[in-house]
Amino acid sequence: MAVVLILVILAVGSVVFHLLSPWWWTPIASNWSYIDNTITITFWITGFVFVAVVLFVAYCVLRFRHRPGNRAAYEPENKKLEVWLASVTAVGVAAMLAPGLFVWNQFVTVPADATEVEVVGQQWLWSFRLPGADAKLGTSESRAIGDGNALGVNTSDPNGLDDIIIEGGELHLPVGKPVKMLLRSIDVLHDFYVPEFRAKMDMVPGSVTYFWFTPTRTGSFEVLCAELCGTGHPQMRGTVVVDTEADYQTWLQEQQTFTQLLAASKEQQQTAIASSASSTK
Amino acid sequence: MVDIRSGASEAIPLAEVEDVELYHPKSWWTHYVFSQDAKIIAIQYSMTAIAIGMVALVLSWLMRLQLGFPGYFDFIDADHYYQFITMHGMIMVIYLLTALFLGGFGNYLIPLMIGARDMVFPYANMLSYWLYLLAVLVLVSGFFLPGGPTGAGWTLYPPQAILSGTPGGQDWGILVMLFSLILFIIGFTMGGLNYVVTVLQARARGMTLMRMPLTIWGIFTATVMALLAFPALFVACVMMLFDRLLGTSFFMPAIVEMGQQLQQSGGSPILFQHLFWFFGHPEVYIVALPAFGIVSDLISTHARKNIFGYRMMVWAIVIIGALSFVVWAHHMYVSGMNPKFGFFFATTTLIIAVPTAIKVYNWVLTLWRGDIHLTLPMLFALAFIVTFVNGGLTGLFLGNVVVDVPLSDTMFVVAHFHMVMGVAPIMVVFGAIYHWYPKITGRMLNEAMGQIHFWVTFLGAYLIFFPMHYLGLLGIPRRYHELGETAFIPESAHTLNMFISVMALIVGAAQILFLFNLAWSLKRGKPSGGNPWRATTLEWQTPQTPPAHGNWGNELPVVYRWAYDYSVPGAAEDFIPQNQPGLGMPTREHAS
Repeated sequence: MAVVLILVILAVGSVVFHLLSPWWWTPIASNWSYIDNTITITFWITGFVFVAVVLFVAYCVLRFRHRPGNRAAYEPENKKLEVWLASVTAVGVAAMLAPGLFVWNQFVTVPADATEVEVVGQQWLWSFRLPGADAKLGTSESRAIGDGNALGVNTSDPNGLDDIIIEGGELHLPVGKPVKMLLRSIDVLHDFYVPEFRAKMDMVPGSVTYFWFTPTRTGSFEVLCAELCGTGHPQMRGTVVVDTEADYQTWLQEQQTFTQLLAASKEQQQTAIASSASSTK
Repeated sequence: MVDIRSGASEAIPLAEVEDVELYHPKSWWTHYVFSQDAKIIAIQYSMTAIAIGMVALVLSWLMRLQLGFPGYFDFIDADHYYQFITMHGMIMVIYLLTALFLGGFGNYLIPLMIGARDMVFPYANMLSYWLYLLAVLVLVSGFFLPGGPTGAGWTLYPPQAILSGTPGGQDWGILVMLFSLILFIIGFTMGGLNYVVTVLQARARGMTLMRMPLTIWGIFTATVMALLAFPALFVACVMMLFDRLLGTSFFMPAIVEMGQQLQQSGGSPILFQHLFWFFGHPEVYIVALPAFGIVSDLISTHARKNIFGYRMMVWAIVIIGALSFVVWAHHMYVSGMNPKFGFFFATTTLIIAVPTAIKVYNWVLTLWRGDIHLTLPMLFALAFIVTFVNGGLTGLFLGNVVVDVPLSDTMFVVAHFHMVMGVAPIMVVFGAIYHWYPKITGRMLNEAMGQIHFWVTFLGAYLIFFPMHYLGLLGIPRRYHELGETAFIPESAHTLNMFISVMALIVGAAQILFLFNLAWSLKRGKPSGGNPWRATTLEWQTPQTPPAHGNWGNELPVVYRWAYDYSVPGAAEDFIPQNQPGLGMPTREHAS
């Protein structure tokens, strides 16, 4: 009897826990509420199956537990029942898969008007690159990484010269405009993860990965790394700020372009050489 | 309809079977240490697996202490934490579960359940164990070498696994891990070929494939899968060793590491992930299928009822085994592979849910109108059903590509795979040990200790992993040794982490009671007799208990029926052993 009681408590308790749990997803800040809806559908279907199976087991234990003189029934197969159960399961699975694939199709189809933004991961820092006035990102090459060019932007590509580069700072995005996040890593695997955006994707050295989303509310959101990238993995944090268009433009004007960064680093080198020269005299 | 009892009444003429030539041990060393008897090898495998499993248990305590009480334990820094999770994962999946199910249960049960005297290649079988032991020792050596074991996570993803930002990446850690895996695979291949050939070639007369107990079907299919899947891991390990030692670029693109341009270029980190998961996903079923098979037999025996839908159960095992080779990239939805793969892999993954669900239905329908004895093996079988259904259903979240995107790499994944391939198969391991211990030792395990062990383990494990899903739903990433100050993580999440850690300590402690019971009952357990559960399968019909070398005395058994003749109408007893010709009625014996 204890077994029956505990099984019932376990089934009911799990549902109660689900309904009362204070641990629930963060308020969404992107267009991917479809994903949340698919999770909700999946919770309903799987929750129903879980409770049904556990309660059925509890009932069997209650009703068919051994008593002296009992004998089990002898029924090796029941084709009709087996086919029926398999069909119902197939329908349930299809009911979850179909909306899932439908939303996945949206997830992998980047809208034509999406702005490209590049995220670069390295141990253990986030950097960002935005297309400059020409609205085009320049090409990049990890062998080009060096002084004043931490992201390896191709100096010979004119499209890259006006790119805006943010090393280890905040990324700002305008609200309501689709963005295609181009993800690049210069050392190991990382994963650009903002819980409120729902979307995430690994960053793989040697290739450029991507996902897209539209920020739907303004605010400041924490970026985490979601792919174990070494000892500093949990400390690899960043910030994405979603702005109104006006605030975004103000912020954009304050950022440095690749050309400016290159010039600054050259200047720094020259002063360094000059000062070392004067100190030796 | 075909009578699936395969002609219980059909007569099979007795065959003259001579004793096959076995290497009979001549000394204590060849009897107990360098033994070629599958039963001794099984015990060696199991004890080694349990010993290394205890190491994994202690590691899980340490990581839970860190997660539940961050900052209290100075000796668990980030490097140690990552080394602990890596070793815990690798030990549990490969060195404990795979070794125990195939090397342990496989060795003990295959010859006995199919009516053979031993494995067909006893010498290779012995080598298999000694290579496994060597692999375990090499693995453990990582703790004592400079730099400690690798902290790359049990998935060992390059490039980080072999770079300096990861513990053990540029020291010995990753090297001994890869060497150990290579040794394990060589050893397993020797054992695995043995299991397959033995099942196909050494079955007793009358033991057709469709009369085999589901335990054997599960172990057999899992072994075939392992023989096909482990080579992918093998080549991945060899390639990574080359990348690390010889400077090749299988998995290494052009990288700037900590400001240094590395020499390698052109390799693909994702190639490793494909190879790893081409092994890694079948690996889930390599652990699960033996559990499926064993639990079917536990439920049938202790509910005194034939397994419902035997043929469907066999086909489900085979179909799951086959499908599991075309779903591997569902571990890689957000890996950066071409996202269009998602359509294919989500579909195949969810299709697997259908045969898996059929198995669950057939287990619970076996209980229906049964005569359920709530013995310890039955309790563990019920716990398996609950935890497996729970963990299987959350698999429908993660397999459904778009749902996986927010949940992947969070604690939801950790909760899911622990429930489905940790807790559930381990429930079966325990149920199986309580079930077969009397055959192995001639004594029953202590019931009172068993009851405490069962309730603490089952409820404790559920309380650990069920709430953990919700931490993942909240968005907490896995593999964080501390959460730090993160805006979206409320204080209550830390409280829940503390609760989970306390439960983990308690559940771990219950396992010590279980080990004590194993030792205590060896001498003081109630004598069991040869067939305490009144079971039908052949291992319970041996002339001696524990069975002697060669298993069957002078004459091999002849099989007349399937493994599930429980509560047959008109039979004298509520079970008919597989090697009994008639219904067991004195007047009708040999009548047919």
